[in-house]
Amino acid sequence: MGLAKRIIPCLDVTNGRVVKGVNFIKLRDAGDPVEISRRYDEQGADELTFLDITASSDDRDLILHIIEEVATQVFIPLTVGGGVRQVADVRRLLNAGADKVSINTAAVLNPQLVADAAACYGEQCIVVAIDARQVHDTSTNSVHWEVFTHGGRRATGLDAVEWAKKMALFGAGEILLTSMDKDGTRDGFNLSLIRAVSEAIDIPVIASGGVGNLDHLVEGILQGQADAVLAASIFHYGEYTVRQAKEYMTQHGIEVRL
Amino acid sequence: MTDIAIVDYGMGNLHSVSKALEHVAPNASVVITSDPAVVRKAARVVFPGQGAMPNCIRELDVRGLRSAVMEAAANKPFLGICIGLQMLFEMSEEGNVSGLGIMSGKVTRFPALTMKDDSGRKLKVPHMGWNQVHQATEHPMWADIANDTRFYFVHSYFVEAANLEAITAYSYYSFPFVCAVAKDNIFAVQFHPEKSQAAGLTLLNNFVHWEPN
Repeated sequence: MGLAKRIIPCLDVTNGRVVKGVNFIKLRDAGDPVEISRRYDEQGADELTFLDITASSDDRDLILHIIEEVATQVFIPLTVGGGVRQVADVRRLLNAGADKVSINTAAVLNPQLVADAAACYGEQCIVVAIDARQVHDTSTNSVHWEVFTHGGRRATGLDAVEWAKKMALFGAGEILLTSMDKDGTRDGFNLSLIRAVSEAIDIPVIASGGVGNLDHLVEGILQGQADAVLAASIFHYGEYTVRQAKEYMTQHGIEVRL
Repeated sequence: MTDIAIVDYGMGNLHSVSKALEHVAPNASVVITSDPAVVRKAARVVFPGQGAMPNCIRELDVRGLRSAVMEAAANKPFLGICIGLQMLFEMSEEGNVSGLGIMSGKVTRFPALTMKDDSGRKLKVPHMGWNQVHQATEHPMWADIANDTRFYFVHSYFVEAANLEAITAYSYYSFPFVCAVAKDNIFAVQFHPEKSQAAGLTLLNNFVHWEPN
C-alpha cells in the first residue's frame, strides 16, 4: 500500500495537432489534442505531458490555447514542454493551466533558469527533460550516456547521470528521461540508462522512449526503477488503452491507480 | 458578494484550483484575490499554496493577508491545500519558520535517506503521484468518497499534528503520515483535490456545499 506508479501518455503537438515521430524525425498525424486528452483522462491516465514541437516560435501561442481548453475539462496534472527559454515562458504556461513545465535545451544553455523557475513557482512544477544517447567507450569497453539538446540534434558532452544529479540540486522536481536511441523504435526502454539515473537521484524519474508493448512498461518500473512511465504511440493508435496498461501492470505486482 | 475567495499571496499557480471550483460550482462567483477585504467578505475561503513555506509566509505578510486568513479560519468554511495545510501549523522545519499557529504541531521533511518501500527500494522525495487517503474520521467533506481513494500529491514536507482529534486522514509513504486535518470550520488537505480527477472534484463539491455547525 502506498504511492502508485504513474502512466503518462505523451502528446507531441505541432500546428494544433498531435503527431508522432520516429527517432525525433518523421511525423504522422494522431489527432486533436483536446479530444485525445479527454479520452486518456477517461481511461485513467495519471498525468498528461504535452511537448510542443512547433519549429517556429511564432506559432507558440497555439499550445497555450490548447492547454487552456484541456485544463477546463481534464483535472489531472498537465505538464507542458518545448521551447521554454526563460522564466516568463514558465509563467505563461502555468497561467494557461499547466501544472508543471518541462525544460530541456534551455537548462543546458542556462542551468540557472531551473533554479530561478523553481524559486519562483516551486520545485514541484519544474521538470527537467533529458534526451540521452548511449556512447560506447572503446578504451574501457563500457557505456555511458550523453545529453543531447535541440530536439536531439546537438551533442553537449554532458554525462546524463551527472547532469540529472546537478539538475536535482538546482531545484528540478522531477526528471523526464528519454533514450534517443530507443525513441520511436518500439523496442522497449533503455533500462540501464533509466536505472542508472533513477538510482543516482532522490527525485522521481519518468522513463521515456521506446515503448512498443505493455511488457515494456512493466520493465521500466521493475528493472528500470522508474517512478512513472511515459508512452505515446501504443495509446495514440488504439492498440492499448491506459486502463489495459494499468491492469497489466497490476498483474505484475505493480501498484497503480485503477 | 464573492462566494468563494482563493487567497493569492503571489506564490505559484492558482488557475488549476480556480478552474476546478468553477467546474463544480458553475453558478458561484469564484475569485483569485490578494485583497484582504475580498477575503473578509467571501462566504468561503480556499487557502492554497505551492513552493517553499518561508516564502509563502513572508508573501502573505507582505500583502497584509495574515489577519484576513486568520479570521476566515475562525469563522467560515475554510479549505487549506498543500502548503495551505502546512501554514496552519505552529512551525516548519523548512527554513525553521513560524506558521500561523491555528493548528498545533509542526511540519517535517520526509527523511529521504531512510525511506524504503515494502520491497526495499528507496523512495523518492518529493512524494509525487497518486496515493491512497485513509479516512480516520467521518466528515461531511468525505461524502461520496470511498475510503482509501487515491488523490494526487506533490510535497516534500508533511504535518505532524499534535492534536490527534484533528486528524481526519492518513496516507502511507514508508510510514503513515497525516494528509488531512479537520477542526470546526477548517478542513485542510496535503493532496491536490483540483488535480485528483473525479475524487478531487467530489471533495471540492462537498466543500462548496459544506455548512459547518
